[in-house]
This record gives sequence, structure tokens and C-alpha cells, in this order.
Amino acid sequence: MAVTDVTPNGSGDGAPKVALLNNPEVRGWVFQIILAVLIVYLAFEGWTNMNANLRAAGIASGWGFLGTNAGFAISQSLIEYSQASSTYGRVYIVGLLNTLAVAFVGIILATIIGFIVGVARLSKNWMVSRLATVYVESLRNIPLLLQIFIWYFGVLRLLPQPREGFDFGPLGLLNNRGFFAPKPVWGEGAEFTLYAFIIACVIAWGVGRWARARQMATGQIFPSFLVGLGTIIFLPLIVFFVSGAPLSWDIPKMGGFRPSGGMTLIPEYIAMLIALSTYTASFIAEIVRAGILAVNRGQTEAANALGLRNGPTLRLVIIPQALRIIIPPLTSQYLNLTKNSSLAVAIAYPELTSVFAGTALNQTGQAVEIISLTMLTYLTISLVTSLFMNWYNNRVALVER
Amino acid sequence: MKKIMLTGALGAAALVFTGAAASAATLDDVKAKGFVQCGVSQGLPGFSNPDADGNWSGLDVDLCRAVAAAIFGDGEAVKFTPLSAKERFTALQSGEVDLLSRNTTWTMSRDTQLGLNFAGVNYYDGQGFMIRTSMDINSALELSGASICTNTGTTTELNVADYFRANNMDYELVAFEKADEVVAAYDAGRCDVYTTDASGLYAQRLKLTNPGEHKVLPEIISKEPLGPVVRQGDDQWFNIIKWVHIATINAEEHGVTMANVEEMKSSDNPEVKRMLGSEGNFGESIGLDADWAAKAIAAVGNYGEIFDRNVGPDTPLGISRGVNALWTKGGLMYGPPIR
Ligand SMILES: N[C@@H](CCC(=O)N[C@@H](CS)C(=O)NCC(=O)O)C(=O)O
Repeated sequence: MAVTDVTPNGSGDGAPKVALLNNPEVRGWVFQIILAVLIVYLAFEGWTNMNANLRAAGIASGWGFLGTNAGFAISQSLIEYSQASSTYGRVYIVGLLNTLAVAFVGIILATIIGFIVGVARLSKNWMVSRLATVYVESLRNIPLLLQIFIWYFGVLRLLPQPREGFDFGPLGLLNNRGFFAPKPVWGEGAEFTLYAFIIACVIAWGVGRWARARQMATGQIFPSFLVGLGTIIFLPLIVFFVSGAPLSWDIPKMGGFRPSGGMTLIPEYIAMLIALSTYTASFIAEIVRAGILAVNRGQTEAANALGLRNGPTLRLVIIPQALRIIIPPLTSQYLNLTKNSSLAVAIAYPELTSVFAGTALNQTGQAVEIISLTMLTYLTISLVTSLFMNWYNNRVALVER
Repeated sequence: MKKIMLTGALGAAALVFTGAAASAATLDDVKAKGFVQCGVSQGLPGFSNPDADGNWSGLDVDLCRAVAAAIFGDGEAVKFTPLSAKERFTALQSGEVDLLSRNTTWTMSRDTQLGLNFAGVNYYDGQGFMIRTSMDINSALELSGASICTNTGTTTELNVADYFRANNMDYELVAFEKADEVVAAYDAGRCDVYTTDASGLYAQRLKLTNPGEHKVLPEIISKEPLGPVVRQGDDQWFNIIKWVHIATINAEEHGVTMANVEEMKSSDNPEVKRMLGSEGNFGESIGLDADWAAKAIAAVGNYGEIFDRNVGPDTPLGISRGVNALWTKGGLMYGPPIR
């Protein structure tokens, strides 16, 4: 830079001498330092002021409440939770897991539906493309909260009372208390099946790598997908039977008010999952459509000219290029879906905002701690999602050869 | 929901960036802005409920109006903030409302850990259960395994937990943020049972498709003293709310009504004279005019009138006085003397 050339005695040659304050580099640093000091000062003032205010207002503070007994029941929990003895700390975990349960499955469903609808919108079949258009335009234009209510009360009204509910025998029960599915109970020696599954996955991956390398080298095609799938299905199955089929089912049975036993999908979860995934899918469909349209038609023609049929053209030529365009906006949709899951509080689905930033906040009154922790949690979930998607985006990015 | 997050976050932010002085001298603030900001429910008939034109009425609303009248001589100098059970304390702590009058149960933790003060009890309630008549259940002890709909952030969900635990029964709790959704879900058959304060059951039953098909079980499983709440650290404001409420009770005891309050100022009873400001100046000690109580009673009437007008036997709720009768009639309403 010109500035570094200034000689101390600054004679006529070289860059002209500048006053320290007018030196852009020095000035830049000075302002940065002033700003940093200001921010630290504000944060510090805010913190001490908050503590003083809390004390003056007689509001309890600190993190001790996380270890105290919560005392309320939660309708869905992926981990052991008992209203008699579980703490607020556990309420946080239960809420977090419920958020993740609806967000994770919702993201998968939304992606599948979104890709199907997005491709359908480009279909040459008039009916199919029109239906896809109607789907997208109606779902993305109706407020999500409304859709959640429609699904929830729709699901509730559609399903019969427990006593008149559907009984699918060993496959479970369906009524307006939820879907009660048989629950697998693993017996002794079940871990071998799990090991077999892991080994099968590794084998499938290895075969895939080997097949690709061979195809690159010799051009011969190996049905690695079928072989891999076969291994993943049959190897654990064989081990399962050899180890004596260590599995029994806990089949739900109708009780006095509602079925007991088995695993339950509560109506709140079902409604939330449908609402979130169909809504987000309408945006994903548009992203997918844009991604595919952005791939030059010449690519299709070139692929056809090389003798690729339509399926492989889409799979091997169009989609990989479209993905580069699709991934970044897709990430935003995933983040939206996760954050939108907090609307579940409206229909009693016990996720983080509802049980922790809601019930727990109200019972303890510790707004500052609970809201900060909740915000930090959503931030972390979002950042982790972004990191993963960025990693994936880099992987699918066009590699210049 | 977004909204509670917002209230929570705003409350938290207010604590971070405002001066501690915000809690002092609520009366001065109220006088300066010209009205009382009162936190109420989002619609509980008989307690705080807006009509089609947005006019609020109810037992809790009348307490707000009585306070406004005591200060300004005008029961209309109130603005209402509808709050869900979850939002209410944060809204009061952060100064969004001056007074919370929203069927709120007085408990020790709320009184001591939230930086709040309960200024009395304007309705003695208890938690009950409502169920469909067709279910053929006659006691809460037969409810093991039931699905139960209720509001989050209430004493209700904690009481029900205690009750089922104590009786070794199992249940599924379905807790909504808004009362309307609780009612809708119960109505749609999501739950076997709807539980909340007994008064709330009678009020919410009116919103069901067929109110006649539901009954309230005989068990009352908790004590729910409902009353007005203010922030800690402003004793003057605390006293105003406390004594306005007491004045309505004492007025009933001494036969002072909305209609006769003017004549009663010249009553022979010294207690009445002190209350209505024709003898001594008790208003001064709480920063108000001498006729503070007279103005409050002129606006909303005495406690008996407030009760009858909003929840009494002649209203759709049809609740009898029961424990909410005056102490002279075997109830719990007992106002300390004004002297
Ligand atoms: N008294 C209890 C419960 C109060 C409560 O929120 N009750 C519900 C059901 S009656 C209610 O007021 N709903 C009306 C609303 O949310 O607007 C408490 O203070 O925790």
C-alpha cells in the first residue's frame, strides 16, 4: 500500500506525507477500536443495569431453577419424563427434542414433496403441471398459522372418538387421541442385528466407491445401487434370524379412555408435521423449478446426443447442475421450517417455545434466563443446519476439471 | 408463539435497558397519561370479556374501572390489554400494564419470586373438571387414563398434576396457550376432560356447541384465590388497588350502593362517613381525593352489585355467592376497617 511507503523523514520523493489522523489505515483502526470499546461498554452497562433492575424489582434470577422440579406433565416426550420428579432442565431437553422431531422429519417430507411438485410443475402433462401450480399458489399464500389450525381441527374432526376408532389389529389403532403403533421391544442379542446393519452400510459404501472407480477406468457399469440395497436389507435380516429373532411387539390396546401401550403419534404432532411440510414444500417446489430451468437446454440436448435417455439425463446431468442453484435457498427454507415449528404452541404441541419459553417461563418467572437460552438454542440449531448445508453445497459445487 | 416470545423478549429487553426508576410512582405515570392500563384475559365471560363493540365487562374489569374512577372520577378512563395466561406476568413486570386483573391465582411463588404483589382477592375459586354427560362419569376419581385439555402457564396444570399423582392416576395433558383453542379442542373431542377454575368452566361452557351436553364434576381440587396484581416496590399504588377493592366490600356491608352513594355521604354511620370522605381525609394517605371510594362506588357499585351484574344467578353464568358472600353472611369477603 502507498501508505507503507512513506519514509520517516518524508522528503519530496515517494508518497506525500499525511497527518496521522488522515492516514486511512490508522483511521480505520481507530474507529474499529472505538466501536469495539463502545459495544463492550454497552453490553457491560446493559448487564449490570439488568441485574440491578432484577434485584430492585425483587425478581428471582440465576440458573438454579434448571435443577428444580417442574411438576407438570408433557404429552409427548422422546426421553424418560415424569411429572413427579423431572426438572426444568429436563423440560428443556424434552422441548428441544420435540422441536427437532418435528423439524427434522418435516424437512425430509418437505424436501420430498417439494421436489415432486417442483418437477411436476415442469411436466408436459397439462393436468399434472396445473395441479402442481394450484398446490404452490394456494399453500404459499395462506398464512401458516391458519393452515396449522385447519389441519389440526380438520384432523381432530375427521378422526373418530377412541371407542369408535379404527382398529388395524397388529398394525395399531387410529382415533382422535392419535395413532397408536406397535412398539418394537428388542430382546437379548439384538445388538448383533445393529452391528450387521452398520457393516452392511460400510460394504454398500465400499461397493459404490469401487464401482465408480471401475466405471471411470474401464467404462463398465456395475449395478452398485441394487447390490448395496440388497446388502443393507439382507445382511441384517439373516443375522436377525440366526440370532433367534430377538424382537417382540408391544401392541397398543384400547383402555378406558384411550389406548395404552405401543408408540403414540399425538394429533398435535401429525397436524404440525403436515402443516409445516406441505407449506414449506410449496416454496421448495419453486426453488427446484427455478433450479432446473436455470440449467441450459443445451445440456439436455448434449446429453441426448451422447445417447443418454431421459431418466439418466435428469439424474446425471440436470439435477447435479440444478443442485448448485437449489441448495442455498433450500437452506433458508430449512431454517424457516425449524423456526416456524415454534407456532406449534398454538395447538398444544409441546416443543421448545411451548413448554420451555412458555410453561416453564410462567411457572418460574425467569424471563431473562429462559428467553436467552431459547434464543441461543434456535440460533445454534440454525447455525448447525447452515454449516451442514454449506458443507453439502461445497461438495456439489461445480468442480472444474 | 411469536407473540409470547416477543413479550418475553421485550420484557427481558426492558429489564436490560431501562432505569430502575420505572417501577416507582405508578400513580404519577397514570395521572400523566390520563388512564389506567389494565391487563385482562382474552375473553372470559363474567370476568373480563369484550362485547361486539369492544366494550369490556366483567368482575375483573369492574375492579379496573373502580380504580380508574377513584383516581379520575371516571370509570371509563381505562385501557385494556388482553393477555394470555402465559404473557400476563411478563407484561406486568415490564410495565406494559399498570395493573393485572385477570383471574389470577394468588400463590406464594408468584407473590415472592416474580417481583409482584397480590392486592387482595376479588373471587374465591377452586379448580374443577368438566366432562361430557354421555361419558357416564360421576367423580374425578374415575378419570384415570383420561386426556385433559387446559391452558399453559396456569396453576391449573400444576394442580391437575398434583391431584392425579396423589390419587395414583395416569393422564394425558394437552395444554394450549389460548383459552379459545382449549375450548375448541375439547369441543372437537380431543380431550375427555376440560379443567380450569370452576368459574371458568361455567363461563367457557357457554362457548361450547351444546352446553347442555357437558357437566361439571363435584370435586373441587384446589384453592384458587383470584385477585389483582401489581409490581413490587410501589407501595402507594399497591395501597390504592388494595383499598379500592376493600371499599367495594365494605360498601356492600354498609348498604352503600351505586344508586345511593350520594345520600350515604350524610349517613350517621361514622365508618360510612370516613369511607365516603365526608369525615377525615383517608384519600390523602393514598394520594387521592377525599371522595375516592365514593367515586369508585358511583362508577361500578359495591362488591355485591359487581358480583350480581357479572356472574350472579341472573346472568348466563348463574353462580351463587357461596364462599364469595360477605363474612356477615357466612362467606369469606371481609374488608378491614377504614379508619
Ligand atoms: N387462575 C388460574 C388460571 C387462570 C386462567 O388462565 N384461566 C383460563 C381458563 S378459565 C383463562 O382465563 N382463559 C381466558 C383467556 O385466556 O383469555 C391461574 O391464575 O393460573
